[in-house]
Amino acid sequence: MSERPLTANIRSNAPPLTVAEYEEAGGYQALRKALTTLAPAEVTKLIKEANLRGRGGAGFPTGVKWGFVPMGADAPRPKYLVVNADEMEPGTFKDRLLLEGDPHLMVESMILSAYAIEAEIAYIFLRGEYVLAGKRVGQAIDEARARGYLGRNILGTGYSLQIYMHMSAGRYICGEETALLNSLEGKRAIPRAKPPFPQTSGLFGKPTIVNNVETLCNVPHIVNRGVEWFKKLSRTKNGGTKLYGVSGKVKKPGVWELPMGTTAREILEEHAGGMRDGLQLRGIIPGGASTEFLFEEHLDLMMDFDTVQQAGSRLGTGTMIVLDDRTCPVGMVHNLTKFFAHESCGWCTPCREGLPWLERILKALEDGKGATGDLEEIRTHVKFLGPGLTYCPLAPGAMAPLGSALNRWRDDFEKHIRERRCPWR
Amino acid sequence: MATIYVDNKPYVVNEGRNLLQVCLSLGFNLPYFCWHPALGSVGACRQCAVKQFKDEKDKRGKIVMACMTPAAEGVRIAVDDEEARQFRETVIEWLMANHPHDCPVCDEGGECHLQDMTVMTGHNYRKYRFPKRTYQNQYLGPFINHEMNRCIQCYRCVRFYQDYAGGQDLGVFAAHDRVYFGRHKDGVLENEFSGNLVELCPTGVFTDKTLKGHYTRAWDLQTAPSVCVHCGVGCNTTPGERYGLLRRIHNRFNHDVNGYFLCDRGRYGYEFVNGERRVRTPLLKRDGALGPVTRAEALTEIGKVLSGPAVLLGIGSPRASIESNFALRELVGPDRFYDGVSARERQLLSAMLSTLRAPGVHSPSLREVGEADAVFVLGENLAEVAPMIALQVRQAVYRSTVPMGERLGIPAWHDSAIREAIQGRHGPLYLATVTGDKLADVATRSWCAAPDDLARLGFAVAHCIDPTAPSVSDLSEELPGLAKEIAGALRSAQRPLIVSGPSCGSLAVVQAAANVAISLSAAGAQHAALCYDAPECNSFGPALLDGHGLDEALQAAKSGSVYAAIVLENDLYRRADRAAVDAFLEGAEQVVVIDHTVHDTTKRADVVLPAATFAEGDGTLVNNEGRAQRFVQVFKAQGDVQESWRWLGELSRTAPSNGAWQNLDHICTRIAETAPALGEIARVAPAATARFLAQRIPRQAHRYSGRTAIGAHVNVHEPALPEDPDSPMAFSMEGFPSTCSSALTSAYWAPGWNSVQALNKFQAEVGGPLRVGNAGVRLWEVAEGHDHKYFEVIPPAFQSREKEHLAVPLHHIFGSEELSVLSPSVAERAPASYVAVNFRDAEALQITDGENVQLVLDGIPYRLPVRILPDLPSGVVGLPSGLPEMSWVKLPGWGKIVKEVPA
Repeated sequence: MSERPLTANIRSNAPPLTVAEYEEAGGYQALRKALTTLAPAEVTKLIKEANLRGRGGAGFPTGVKWGFVPMGADAPRPKYLVVNADEMEPGTFKDRLLLEGDPHLMVESMILSAYAIEAEIAYIFLRGEYVLAGKRVGQAIDEARARGYLGRNILGTGYSLQIYMHMSAGRYICGEETALLNSLEGKRAIPRAKPPFPQTSGLFGKPTIVNNVETLCNVPHIVNRGVEWFKKLSRTKNGGTKLYGVSGKVKKPGVWELPMGTTAREILEEHAGGMRDGLQLRGIIPGGASTEFLFEEHLDLMMDFDTVQQAGSRLGTGTMIVLDDRTCPVGMVHNLTKFFAHESCGWCTPCREGLPWLERILKALEDGKGATGDLEEIRTHVKFLGPGLTYCPLAPGAMAPLGSALNRWRDDFEKHIRERRCPWR
Repeated sequence: MATIYVDNKPYVVNEGRNLLQVCLSLGFNLPYFCWHPALGSVGACRQCAVKQFKDEKDKRGKIVMACMTPAAEGVRIAVDDEEARQFRETVIEWLMANHPHDCPVCDEGGECHLQDMTVMTGHNYRKYRFPKRTYQNQYLGPFINHEMNRCIQCYRCVRFYQDYAGGQDLGVFAAHDRVYFGRHKDGVLENEFSGNLVELCPTGVFTDKTLKGHYTRAWDLQTAPSVCVHCGVGCNTTPGERYGLLRRIHNRFNHDVNGYFLCDRGRYGYEFVNGERRVRTPLLKRDGALGPVTRAEALTEIGKVLSGPAVLLGIGSPRASIESNFALRELVGPDRFYDGVSARERQLLSAMLSTLRAPGVHSPSLREVGEADAVFVLGENLAEVAPMIALQVRQAVYRSTVPMGERLGIPAWHDSAIREAIQGRHGPLYLATVTGDKLADVATRSWCAAPDDLARLGFAVAHCIDPTAPSVSDLSEELPGLAKEIAGALRSAQRPLIVSGPSCGSLAVVQAAANVAISLSAAGAQHAALCYDAPECNSFGPALLDGHGLDEALQAAKSGSVYAAIVLENDLYRRADRAAVDAFLEGAEQVVVIDHTVHDTTKRADVVLPAATFAEGDGTLVNNEGRAQRFVQVFKAQGDVQESWRWLGELSRTAPSNGAWQNLDHICTRIAETAPALGEIARVAPAATARFLAQRIPRQAHRYSGRTAIGAHVNVHEPALPEDPDSPMAFSMEGFPSTCSSALTSAYWAPGWNSVQALNKFQAEVGGPLRVGNAGVRLWEVAEGHDHKYFEVIPPAFQSREKEHLAVPLHHIFGSEELSVLSPSVAERAPASYVAVNFRDAEALQITDGENVQLVLDGIPYRLPVRILPDLPSGVVGLPSGLPEMSWVKLPGWGKIVKEVPA
């Protein structure tokens, strides 16, 4: 079995490593190494060279993002590192594994990354329902502080960092980094317009980096093992491993750390055990709810950022939702749209008004009350809730599964109208 | 400047703007909601979509929001693009999906931005077939009606209310398609600028509740340019009338003065015009009772005295126009013209006026107040005495931090990002007031003290800035540091501003503020400004006519001479001691009062002549800045009501002095000839003989309905149009609706733009000055030279007394002003009378909040409930100023609080 650095310490049905156990397993060595031998800019350089790409969904190169942070004595202070642990994307449960399974890896990753951007304060913004993760990360922070990895003058190097954990009050939109920042400031969780980007005016108007849990957990390993090692973990140009997940009617739903670029077929068949007996696969949403459907013909594609994008979807969070032939695709996208409509923050018109309208059309289709023109209306919405037209990516994300479902299964949609019922009911 | 391409045509535009600003300024009809010229961009509504192209070869382009895209050099966009047009139409369709389509019963109908934008985008047939959402509406007090179902969630209301006006109690609640704009629970909207929601809301969520009480469609209102009469700031207004009733007040844009906004006193104080206490016919006292008579009878009665031996004393008024005051002066002669304010106020006004007209001291416009980068407020609770100055001070402290955001590369119009970068920081603002101030939330430091101590702080600041200014000895421990800090902030500012005024009744405060301004000028500050608020709409007017003091007039009663008095729009009982006024009125051979409203003075008159209010007459007012502004008659009042100056003109013709003027222009010419300080008065507005394409300017909209039907139940003949000898405007829908003089433009309209936002079409650049210039003429500009004459008399530190307290006036935006409180809605917001005491004094006196006590002032006991005011200095008690039920009290003054012993 190939190397799986992110989950190496995670034991099923056992508590996470204590700080001593974590140290014994090589933990906090990267931190020691970086703080004593590397300048902050050198850490950023390593991450840039490793071409670590954001695991939260967008796949933006992490080192490049860090490079936008103003550095040096003149930089505005304090600077912030914020971990986006508000894992609310439907079908996504990969960060939870890391947070609950190896909280010290999270803490070490935060300290290292904060050091790279010379941040004085780091927040971990944790999904409100992740109570166990909150408990374990909180404990890990305390333990790390007790060992001198956190607080003033870390390991005698002069670098100081405070970490605060914030349990979210629970809105999907808080996963959008700028809405997260507003929420953290105690404001309404609505996104901010970019530019300005958080790197220049972020939390409390100061330079801020927001990164996903899984993204950051790669940092200690890159520092420890080097760029080449990291790149070789992968089967593609997008380096490293990836936590892939599967939900839906498969035999063994779950999440696994696999080389970046593992094919969908391998994930589905070897790790998730294939479809449940008697069910046929109709499509997958590759990366949480906000990505376009992929189909049978895409299963042999390598699941990395570039390949999936070329196939017309996005890797997203890498946790796929599987649609089978006994589940109504209209019902599925209705369910998703209902979620997105409910989670709209209410700031911009297309999202606030368009999503509920779509939800009602889809509900009508499902209830046998579809009307001619409904599919045209869905098309218009898919077009006008697209990227750049709304204030943030929530609505375009919602359009990804809906638009691709309508393209692929137009017959099924039309059947709902023609037969005035849901054929799956 | 930058060159941008719109629909393939090059345009040179101002840099540093966004595409929506420049497109609107260029005259494109680009729909928008969340953007507002005074509020900046937030990108919420997505309505102003245009297509942007990378370069000439890019044919695909992508849709961007104009309000969020900088108008940078070389930007290429298409407004007229099919996809962008479809998107804009779809945005409207979304907004209208849940809108109730209740225009026929909506107060906003006909002047609704949502209607205009809907038509503009071409959205016609709704496809949304599902149930609409509904909301519960709230009771928001006497000013504002709430109808949330109409809301299109543009967020303007909360952005104005919270970010611009500093209000706390209007917020946005809930999320997704259930976003709700209102209060946490039903209740009166507390902010004193809440009425602006009526004009800011692009649809009918927030509408004018007082208008609802006598509703008329906007297109049926007869309007004329007017000036607010409820404080000294002189905000420009548009009163609207129908069927002889004044229906509402709207803002009238003046870039130099009030911009887009009004305070609630100014907006809702108008109902005194329709009040039951109006004087509509001449009244004559017979057998001790006033009764209606014909104008001939009244004039004959007055004529008898005019030609008799009695010395004629004329008492002017700071709430009457320049023309009326002048006409009175002409009638009685300059030696017997009195300015009609209390002795103390007269002293304060003349100190303010002489300082403002001295060389080196700049009296800023209200707009300039909002551009200051360090502000020192001395003595004034601005939100209560001159709310619009408070609003501008709030903008000043915000704007002076905007460069912090700009240094991060954020353009000033990017409102949400600027506010994020600033994080609630604000420029230097120092408040030194008798009691806690509403600007305290944005103040660097607030300090409450007795008037004399406030003055000492001011004098100390001046001395810190310029050591040749008189120094203050024995400053108490905290003051030297504070004075130094304020002096430092003012000195290091580019545009330092001192705001002061007469409201705490202290000459020392007014002089201290003057010293600070003079010291800044002496220290070489190029753009230092001194803003005094003035208590009434024409406080400076009679003062500029060199009237004598009212107290001198009141002395006449004691002199034994034979005299008669003409009192102009003035209730003397609000100006002086009751006994003195009684004696004066009783001792007069005849008392003629010319006023529009019954009050204690009219009740004691022998003859009352019905005066026009601001809405029924023409005249000029001088505001606190020294700006003369014309108000034009909105409608012809019924009966004998006419301007006071017109009555006085008629009286002159029966008297030897024989005024030659028949109309406003005549009198203005005469004023310019005889009162050098007012030489510019004729320039304030075009002469009555001016014509535009040989026509008058209509007061009525081209859609004014029912002209021939009005009065048809009485007479089917169309009545002759009333004449207007005083302005080039017509009481008609006919004429040429010229907008070439802002002094003659009350309503702005452009094809497709029926809401207040039609104003965009009349500004050279949206949000900027009107293309034809702003109304009003400044009577003086800062003279060159440094005439460093400091005021030298510094009061000793305030010493509290064992058995007495210093009573000071406390002002209330609702209640303290004589006319606005006659409006039922304003009266509802006015406090009941009270005496304010701080905690420690209350404890010492063993009195509690709400308990009745006796306050004995000048030997007169007043029975008042106690109100505990924590910020009030020890040894000082506050009395509400000018409440209808409070008689005139000389304040500040020492009084004694006596605890009531239960019988």
